[in-house]
Amino acid sequence: MTNLTKGEAEAVIKKTLSYAKADETQVTLSGRREGNLRFARNAVSTSGGTEALTLLVQSSFGQKTGTATINEFDDASIEKVVRRAEDLAKLAPENPEYVEFLGPQQYLAPKSHFDSTAGLNADFRAKAMADCINPCKAKNLVAAGFLEHNAGFSSLGNSHGLNGFHRASTVNYSVTVRTADGLGSGYGVCDFNDSSKLDAKRVSEQAMQKAMRSAETKSLEPGKYTVILEPSASVDLLSNLLTAMDARQADEGRSFLSKADGATRLGEKLVDERIHLHSDPMNAEVPGSPWAPDGRPRRKVDWFKDGVVTNVGYSRFWAKKKGLSDDKAMPNFGNGFGGGNRAVGAFEGSPGFIMDGGNASLEDLVKSVKRGILVTRMWYIRPVDPQTLLYTGLTRDGTFYVENGEVKYAIKNFRFNESPVIMLNNVEALGKPVRANGSLVPPMVIRDFTFSSLSDAV
Amino acid sequence: MDLNRRTFIRNTGLAAGSLLIPVWGRPVTAFAETAVVPVATKKKLADAALNAATKKGATYADVRIGRYLQQFIITREMRVENTVSTESYGAGVRVIADGCWGFFATDQLTPASIAHAAEEAVAIAKANAKAKLQDKAVELAPQKGLGEVSWKSPITKNAFEVPISEKVALLMDVNAAALKHGANFVNSVLFQVNEQKYIATTDGSYIDQDIHRIWPTFNVTAIDPKTGKFETRRALSAPCGRGYEYLSANPADKRTGVTTRYTDSYDMVEDVTAAAQQAKDKFGAKSVEAGQYDLVLDPSHLWLTIHESIGHATELDRVLGYEANYAGTSFATLDKWKSGNFQYGSPNVNVVADKTQVGSLGAVGYDDEGVPCKRWDLIKDGVLVNYQKTRDQAHILGQKESDGCCYADNWNDVQFQRMPNVSLQPGQAKMSVDDMIKGVERGIYIIGDGSFSIDQQRYNFQFGGQLFYEINDGKIGGMLRDVAYQANTQEFWNSCVAVCDESDYALGGSFFDGKGQPGQISAVSHGSSTSRFNKVNVINTARKI
Repeated sequence: MTNLTKGEAEAVIKKTLSYAKADETQVTLSGRREGNLRFARNAVSTSGGTEALTLLVQSSFGQKTGTATINEFDDASIEKVVRRAEDLAKLAPENPEYVEFLGPQQYLAPKSHFDSTAGLNADFRAKAMADCINPCKAKNLVAAGFLEHNAGFSSLGNSHGLNGFHRASTVNYSVTVRTADGLGSGYGVCDFNDSSKLDAKRVSEQAMQKAMRSAETKSLEPGKYTVILEPSASVDLLSNLLTAMDARQADEGRSFLSKADGATRLGEKLVDERIHLHSDPMNAEVPGSPWAPDGRPRRKVDWFKDGVVTNVGYSRFWAKKKGLSDDKAMPNFGNGFGGGNRAVGAFEGSPGFIMDGGNASLEDLVKSVKRGILVTRMWYIRPVDPQTLLYTGLTRDGTFYVENGEVKYAIKNFRFNESPVIMLNNVEALGKPVRANGSLVPPMVIRDFTFSSLSDAV
Repeated sequence: MDLNRRTFIRNTGLAAGSLLIPVWGRPVTAFAETAVVPVATKKKLADAALNAATKKGATYADVRIGRYLQQFIITREMRVENTVSTESYGAGVRVIADGCWGFFATDQLTPASIAHAAEEAVAIAKANAKAKLQDKAVELAPQKGLGEVSWKSPITKNAFEVPISEKVALLMDVNAAALKHGANFVNSVLFQVNEQKYIATTDGSYIDQDIHRIWPTFNVTAIDPKTGKFETRRALSAPCGRGYEYLSANPADKRTGVTTRYTDSYDMVEDVTAAAQQAKDKFGAKSVEAGQYDLVLDPSHLWLTIHESIGHATELDRVLGYEANYAGTSFATLDKWKSGNFQYGSPNVNVVADKTQVGSLGAVGYDDEGVPCKRWDLIKDGVLVNYQKTRDQAHILGQKESDGCCYADNWNDVQFQRMPNVSLQPGQAKMSVDDMIKGVERGIYIIGDGSFSIDQQRYNFQFGGQLFYEINDGKIGGMLRDVAYQANTQEFWNSCVAVCDESDYALGGSFFDGKGQPGQISAVSHGSSTSRFNKVNVINTARKI
């Protein structure tokens, strides 16, 4: 049994706290059931599932703290994990940046759990795969894909009376379809909390269309181009931008937000005034976790409003040092596991983000572009310079030349070197946001996007 | 691909981020028992699994019983940010039934529960066969039973037996040295891993292994408050398959020059002292003029280029398309290999795969499907001659044996093809770094690994570094900044005009190389001597925001 009810979880936490002898004790209990299917070369490669229930205990004596976890739940094991955390705390060096655990908090109650997703099984996974590979085989295409789903809960409690309980579920499907000769490749991807919104067949169909359409490519010279970025292409760059918005790094002078003499860009207009980037655990399309990893409540946060840097993320220590109360200093956007990792984030505190846009569809945006490049997917994105937030990476699995509002032909992939800050200063148009990797992202038209070399990769 | 490495570096503050670190397995305190589980206990459990699988109709089965220990000590400036100890103990059973693979794992280590896991694995295999989700029956390269054998990393000092206080004291010495020599900030980390792995197969092998790995590393940051700029320099250490003795620097393992570089042991305080000064020096460095340069690449840098452009490109599962949806495929296709004359690099380029190299991250006695480890050629005199394979892949190339490249990062993950150590062989002719630099008219000498990115078929890559020095008319000049080079894999390796001799050879490596869906990590080393590549395209990465 891994998916406990609120009452069952509270009983385990209460019992755990009853063994505690430390000055302060905090307990996190989480459980998850997952299933996945991986396929390649039009056949299954691996399939399986896991169940896990984990109890994590943090104990503190003064400024000394220790952490231990266990996955056995008899009384002796629960007492053992409490003793281990306390023993470790006693051995730990004093941490001058230690902040005592929170008292009771008011948490929002996002609807992140859906029975539809919790009920998914191996038959569902096999059907999604069959719905992809059968049409692929018929058209001499080769598919490789991955479908995973999970449902679980997380609950918190501590010796100061804090308590919280949250359930979440997610399903993710991605597929890369290639032509049999290896000359064309297309990608489709989607993720939801509610699996009834998942149309795996449609996603597979998009990948097939892109593969067939990209089988013959032309080469364009590297340089600066107007690009139309699909949400699945831009979500990682934007997530990297928000993850880098840490108050301490900025104040210490080692962030893209740092300026001379210890000043920062907080409150300054840094990107196009149309940019509104925020996070909101209650958003019905991308519901988030009600708390950050340290237990602070997640609320609606504007990171960029009208192009202005509106908030940066604070650890509890840094907020205290700066004299900011918890409601003035927001927890960081990321959860330490990477801002966009929703498979973890749904349970452990990454909020996802919402970028406002307009009403235009991707197709509408394409029609508005005189000469540009449509990008489906970006790949191997890595930081080059943290000072300017410059990233490099490549286009992949569906890159097309657009002329006079029409997709003309597929082109060879490019390497880019670009900063999301520069990109968001070069906005031409924003379309209607759609969900991509746990965030709501509009398709975008960006001018002067820097492609620095050609890639032969398909 | 190196996603996990990136994630770890970011999350440990080595790049600039928060300090939570992802752990796999069950975190426990520093008091986890260091005594291993008796072999007789493991054999009894293994036999329960193998017998249950066979009884249910498996034609092949293997069971891996693993106890995985990790300890990470994470510091910044003069304080410990976090000490994490994890322990994970369980078993994974993999079977072939009705021609299909099936896998099931359990953390309940009793004969009854492990037998149940074996039965579940057979049921999954049969269900996959019935649903016809697999086209052809699995075909395993033969492997004769080895009986009861064992292997142990050749370490002299088990890092897990060194008191935490001693390790914390070392990191505090490192951080103090950085701050004393002008760094504004310093993060240092000590990663230690011990895999106690037991595998038994229906071929009649019972293999017990004790594997150790260690990685001490740091990142220093210097701030220029007048301009608001900052510069960093990371450690030149190599993660390795050694014990705590790696941190007792042997003078014979130092390579002097424009900065001290290290081979089989490491002086962390000395390196951080240099790093603090070099981070400050970067403020005065010249911004590189974009264009073509001859590159002289140190082993602490070149390992990552080898990893991305040769290591991943010669993984047979990628070549065949099994990683197409995520990590991608490979330009090094079977037709190129079959031609027997695909010039991957110049005749100076000899690349071996080696799972036996002492001190390397990938060294083990046997892989995770019971195959004894070996060394073999991947590129000979510049020509592609082989790939990296597991037992179920050998027949695809018409070969009779696996290369021993099967690995799972934990008992609860199914094993699959992972990269062995892949290394560039030293040049035969005597040549030092100084000799090499003397011949360069306009070049850049690069030390340490930095930014890295490569496309999904391993053609186009871009790499940064930690230290860049101008070379003019055979002499090292001043420091450069804003340097990254871009190249096509085949053109790059064909531009390799010289490789220094074995006296300069050193290993680098990745502690957290990521692959697969769901993702698994592995650790792998890449050796080389300093090498020269002519006329490589260098870009300037400076921007203004």
